[in-house]
Amino acid sequence: MNTRKALYQFGYRRSPDQDRPTPAHHPVVVVGAGPVGLCTAIDLVQRGVPVILLDDADRIGEGSRGICYAKRTLEILDRLGVAQTCLSKGVTWKVGKVFQREELLYAFDLLPEDGHKMPAFINLQQYYLEHALVERAAQLPDLDIRWRNKATGLKPRNDGARLTVETPEGSYDLDADWVVAADGARSALRSMLGLSFTGEVFEDRFLIADVKMRGDFPTERWFWFDPPFHDGRSALLHKQPDDVWRIDLQLGPDADAKAEQAPERVLPRLRQMLGHDNFALEWVSVYTFQCRRLERFVHGRVVFVGDAAHQVSPFGARGANSGIQDAENLAWKLALVVNDAAPERLMETYEFERSAATDENIGHSTRSTDFIAPRSAQELRFRDAALALARHAPFAKRMVNSGRLSTPSTYETSLSTPDRDAWAGSARLGAPLPDAPMRDREGRPIWLLEALGGQETILYVSNGDPPPCSCRILTIGHDLIDENGFFEQRFDASPGSAYLVRPDQHLAARWRHPDSSMIERATRRLRGFDGGAA
Amino acid sequence: MTFLVADNRFSDPDRAYRALIEAHRGLSDEASAALNSRLVLILANHIGDQAVLQDALALAKKSMVQPESASS
Repeated sequence: MNTRKALYQFGYRRSPDQDRPTPAHHPVVVVGAGPVGLCTAIDLVQRGVPVILLDDADRIGEGSRGICYAKRTLEILDRLGVAQTCLSKGVTWKVGKVFQREELLYAFDLLPEDGHKMPAFINLQQYYLEHALVERAAQLPDLDIRWRNKATGLKPRNDGARLTVETPEGSYDLDADWVVAADGARSALRSMLGLSFTGEVFEDRFLIADVKMRGDFPTERWFWFDPPFHDGRSALLHKQPDDVWRIDLQLGPDADAKAEQAPERVLPRLRQMLGHDNFALEWVSVYTFQCRRLERFVHGRVVFVGDAAHQVSPFGARGANSGIQDAENLAWKLALVVNDAAPERLMETYEFERSAATDENIGHSTRSTDFIAPRSAQELRFRDAALALARHAPFAKRMVNSGRLSTPSTYETSLSTPDRDAWAGSARLGAPLPDAPMRDREGRPIWLLEALGGQETILYVSNGDPPPCSCRILTIGHDLIDENGFFEQRFDASPGSAYLVRPDQHLAARWRHPDSSMIERATRRLRGFDGGAA
Repeated sequence: MTFLVADNRFSDPDRAYRALIEAHRGLSDEASAALNSRLVLILANHIGDQAVLQDALALAKKSMVQPESASS
């Protein structure tokens, strides 16, 4: 399946588990060392759960694949220890432009607000992210990555599952309390459980090309409807590191995938688009896409994440971003359950929260695809009408859809304690906290999300009274100084306010004047005890 | 005197657009044109204001004139 040239090569090593007379037993086995599997494994290990991570390959292949990483994903990667590597290598961008023919229809700015550690988006070839994650994983003694270990069998039990694993030296069995299936869009584990993967299939073919050149295009996302160099179709230009540019060209439903990838076909198209010859083709591929999902993500003790659970079209950068958000949502819950600090039904909230996020992502990605690749003469007329009207009427600009870029989900969830007080500001119950620049006790600058890390925390705005509980507290005005008022504004904070933050940095509860019993109830609720009985 | 509102009024314009697309899925081109004609009459009546209707017609006509040829 993998015909891509290797960029990073890893070695197969024999594990002592292969020499045991009976299968070794592990709390968690993650299958698939792509970005989502790696993030899940690293997060679990950081939370004290040892992980075996299996991958059928032993390398990271060429091809940029997922290139856009959104702000929330970068915040997660920061907690996992790889954001700085990604930021220093990646191309930071926030402006997108949409053209029809040669004319600019509109521009958007994704993060017009100061006071966030992470930018709106970076572009980075997926192999750089994977490499950074593998290097991070290597620093963690409790993370055992096994290359060329292919899961070929899965026998679910009530309290776990047995995996059969094939290696270059034969196969062996492993017992796991939990199996995380991060084995991608063609998930073998999904097939082993006989689960159906259903949704909408799109027929349009797209050409994706990585081109190396010195271009003087700005670092913006440029999208064309009906560009002068590609009549009647769409095109996307995006900058990556190393002077590599990502180009997506819509080819239509009848294009011959094989013929279109031939250099004699690709090069003239690119020449026409770029207006010159001075480029080298790094990688080219033709793809179609589907918006599909599993009906349920948790099947007993087997949990599906990322592309193995759901697949979207590439418009909007919702594939890798949503997968990494799955990983983060799952890791803290699974860690609590494995450590007997939460009931097993907490896992149902992974299902519930990420299922809603999946529907949101599939909805956005489907609507973008409808607009970009109309399926009938009438759909094309609607699309062209919206584009034509966009020059004259603001409402039509809002309908022009070249991809709605990934934003994190706000969870409507039983883990949240409903607000009793009125709140303004940009913090929302169930959403990830907005970041804010703070100073620590010693006056050193620190970001709010850095200070929180991955621990359940109460943020308490001091009013002179002692903190209202004995859990982990960060007191604003003492542990964290809100020098420039960003926190106060974003959290609508007043003296005495308290905010309960989940281990994934989503807001679980907030009060103007809490007492210890309110906080106690909300923290139990956050862990899946007494759901709904607040 | 009311004026044509050209600013977006939907809380989620993408969903509104999708609803139009979905209504036409599976229809022949002729059936689509018939559906659109009905829809225009229904919406025109809902507006119920001759001046606004004239403004809408004028905007639609104006957008027919394109700087360059659009997609075929």
